[in-house]
Amino acid sequence: MSQLVFDPSKVMDIDYTKRTEYLDGLEAIKAAHKVLKEITYTPSLPDKGYTNRSLYVNVDTLEITEKPVTQQMKDVFIGGRGFGLWHLWNAVKPATRWNDPENEIVISPGPVAGMTQYAGTGKSLVVSLSPQTDIPIDSNVGGFYGPLLKFSGFDALELQGKSDKDIILFIDGQKGLIRIEEAPTDPVDSHVLAEVLTHMYAENEADLPNISVVSTGAAAEHSLIGMLNFSFYDRRRKCVRFKQAGRGGIGTVFRDKKIRALVIRGPKVAGDMNHPADPETIAKTGIKYHKEIRENDGSQCMMRRNGTAHIVEIMDAYDLLPVHNFQFGSHPDTHKIDSAYWQSRCTQHTVDGCWYGCSMACAKGADGLVLKTGPYKGDMVTVDGPEYENAAGLGSNCGIFDPDYLLELNFYCDTYGICTITYGTLCAFVMECYQRGILNKERTGGLEMVWGNAEASLEMMHQMARGEGFGKLAGQGVKKLKERFIQNAWGDPQLITDIGMENKGLEYSQYLSKESLAQQGGYALTNKGPQHDEAWVIFMDMVNKQLPTFEDKAEALYYFPLFRTWFGLNGFCKLPWNDVAPKNNSSQPEAHKIPEHVQNYVDLFSATTGIQIDKEELIHQSAKVYNFQRVFNIRMGKGLRLHDAAPYRSMGPVTKEEYESRAERYDKQIVEEMGLDPVGKTTEEKMALHREWRTGRFSKLMDSVYTRRGWTLDGVPTLERLKELGLDVFPEVVEVVKQHL
Amino acid sequence: MKQLVIDFQKCDAGRNCNHECEMECAVRVFKVDDPKQAALQIKAYEDGGGHAVLCDQCGDCVVVCPTEALKRNKLGVVMIDKKVCVGCYMCIGFCEKEAFMRNSDWLTPHKCTSCGVCVKVCPHGALSIVDVPEPPVRII
Repeated sequence: MSQLVFDPSKVMDIDYTKRTEYLDGLEAIKAAHKVLKEITYTPSLPDKGYTNRSLYVNVDTLEITEKPVTQQMKDVFIGGRGFGLWHLWNAVKPATRWNDPENEIVISPGPVAGMTQYAGTGKSLVVSLSPQTDIPIDSNVGGFYGPLLKFSGFDALELQGKSDKDIILFIDGQKGLIRIEEAPTDPVDSHVLAEVLTHMYAENEADLPNISVVSTGAAAEHSLIGMLNFSFYDRRRKCVRFKQAGRGGIGTVFRDKKIRALVIRGPKVAGDMNHPADPETIAKTGIKYHKEIRENDGSQCMMRRNGTAHIVEIMDAYDLLPVHNFQFGSHPDTHKIDSAYWQSRCTQHTVDGCWYGCSMACAKGADGLVLKTGPYKGDMVTVDGPEYENAAGLGSNCGIFDPDYLLELNFYCDTYGICTITYGTLCAFVMECYQRGILNKERTGGLEMVWGNAEASLEMMHQMARGEGFGKLAGQGVKKLKERFIQNAWGDPQLITDIGMENKGLEYSQYLSKESLAQQGGYALTNKGPQHDEAWVIFMDMVNKQLPTFEDKAEALYYFPLFRTWFGLNGFCKLPWNDVAPKNNSSQPEAHKIPEHVQNYVDLFSATTGIQIDKEELIHQSAKVYNFQRVFNIRMGKGLRLHDAAPYRSMGPVTKEEYESRAERYDKQIVEEMGLDPVGKTTEEKMALHREWRTGRFSKLMDSVYTRRGWTLDGVPTLERLKELGLDVFPEVVEVVKQHL
Repeated sequence: MKQLVIDFQKCDAGRNCNHECEMECAVRVFKVDDPKQAALQIKAYEDGGGHAVLCDQCGDCVVVCPTEALKRNKLGVVMIDKKVCVGCYMCIGFCEKEAFMRNSDWLTPHKCTSCGVCVKVCPHGALSIVDVPEPPVRII
């Protein structure tokens, strides 16, 4: 791989302050709002990272209550995802499903969130029962809502109940007001709605950055794959931008509750609002890290130039970029959507962090896109990203290599409120089914879902937003589509099962895991479903070759899910951990863990909360929440070995074309890994050998990982493990586990 | 733009003075009796000569500041608006000259604003304020 060099002369010259505005109807929309409930409260700032209270809102009964954050909550669950899971556990019963009123959406930023001195410290964790998986989903999201929620006085927000009319929850952390408003005529799609609401609730221009809006869009209402957009005001572009709580359909739950938006007006942010125990350590650690980015980013990942899209061509070069529904790992047209292109297309003259102090600045924006299709055809918009996942999911995985169409797909996913990763994987599945005759024009209502047909993909998405046609069906997600296609006898059930890339009901994110056993486990042996944020080990396994042995892989699937869980307990972003590394990292012991950065996190937590931890305690903190979540899954009827099963497409070649496209590699594995001779065998026979070998080693990996995690071979945490973690103090947790031992 | 420059033909890196420039800056600009808090720092090399840590108003910090707290004034000097600053210290981390500074007692960082108080007190006449063209904005 040649090192990409940044060439400023190739950056497109676009006026990044120019775009279509949507503020004309603001006054009329505001006039139609009706106050349903208003209370006053006393705003407060955190003490050592915690405000020590959470806010409960029932959108049906209009109850608004403050709850104390107990010492036990802080000790066991830390914050963020931990608080979300704890509140959700108390809110639901085993029989509760996503659209029951008792299901909650919990937003919690975590004790470190809101720090302004280190990169990636503005995250909130969103937890709910997923419409796709029926178990808890957690999503780690940037934008300003979480930190401003905390600086307005709350460590978490619980939303429960179902309203019968569209409502907005407004929290004014400056004035100490909480208001539920009926919002009958508000725009539906996020890019319009959030712009209108940001200007509606800001008292003047200087107040705009103090507003953050959580919203979704039209497609969340008609599908199970809805996501939430968390806004932040981009001062240079002078527009509202978003980060997404994407996975698992939380946007769908949001609209099922008839919540149109959450709006927060926080206090003006300063550098000490967490009131940390040791601000000096935080300042020094932050400055050290900013210097590291300045010195190393340009010769390492170039996150400041490209964001996460910097890995498109790397994945392609290592045969890991998903192409045509995860069949292949590279494509001759990848150069059309590689980082060199995005470097020229994404605006480079601006800041692009999704919270203050993020020197990694990966929240790139492509300005000046004029839309070619849909309800906003002709409008000029700013598109967030595209991130790697979007370039791969909406692009290569569907055979789409036209960057403008890719941006348009990205834009509509965002404004319609659907997850780009989920949409990419489900569209790729639909396209493969179409190519293989499982679907046809009649079955798709006229959509010609062939590889590369961006217009058809866009039309399917517009249908999803309108709640009509094949698009509405597709919005049910891969799992339900598989069931439907099999039920309708539209194709070979085994083939449909093999190529539908979901696990637990959640679509795979965009890495080709066939040649990385560690990543196969990293996807399938997860709590929430196959999302790389829990165990993105493909790079260290395949590219850096840091996990050569079976034991290394099993150990990585113990350590990294716990290490990465910890980000979500505290309000950290994962990217600053390993998208830049100290110059001497490769010579350090356990280089794949980036030990200096691990120490940074230990220091930042200790300095914020005043609780001194070390790297072992960090993992122990995560293990409590991770195992609690596993038990929660079991309580909801999943979470066992059978639910960790992976589709064969994630493990090996399903079809002849896949095998024959990489025949040399596969034949060699027959010789070297299986000790057999491929000569004289048909492709089908060789595929069968591979299937046996690959599923066998995956099963062996499951055994090893479960054992390492302190679980039974059925994937159930043992009583000893619960005791070790102190989770035995919750009798109901023990009770769930006992039924499965 | 106005820029503070130092002439090391005249400055002897504090060997024969009392760092009057630093003290004047600390006391008059930052109201502290500690030359370490001054926005210019004169360092002597062991084998003779020396160098100064000071802001040349290059503007890199303006580019990286997330809140637009850093802007050039009419004289081209980069000024910090403390009311807008969120204390992220990216300006410190991204300053190649290490001229952006931090006092542990203050939330916001500080640097030289070419005010010239140091110029008047230098016993060797080594400091001066010059007018130079603004460099082009860099993509950082």
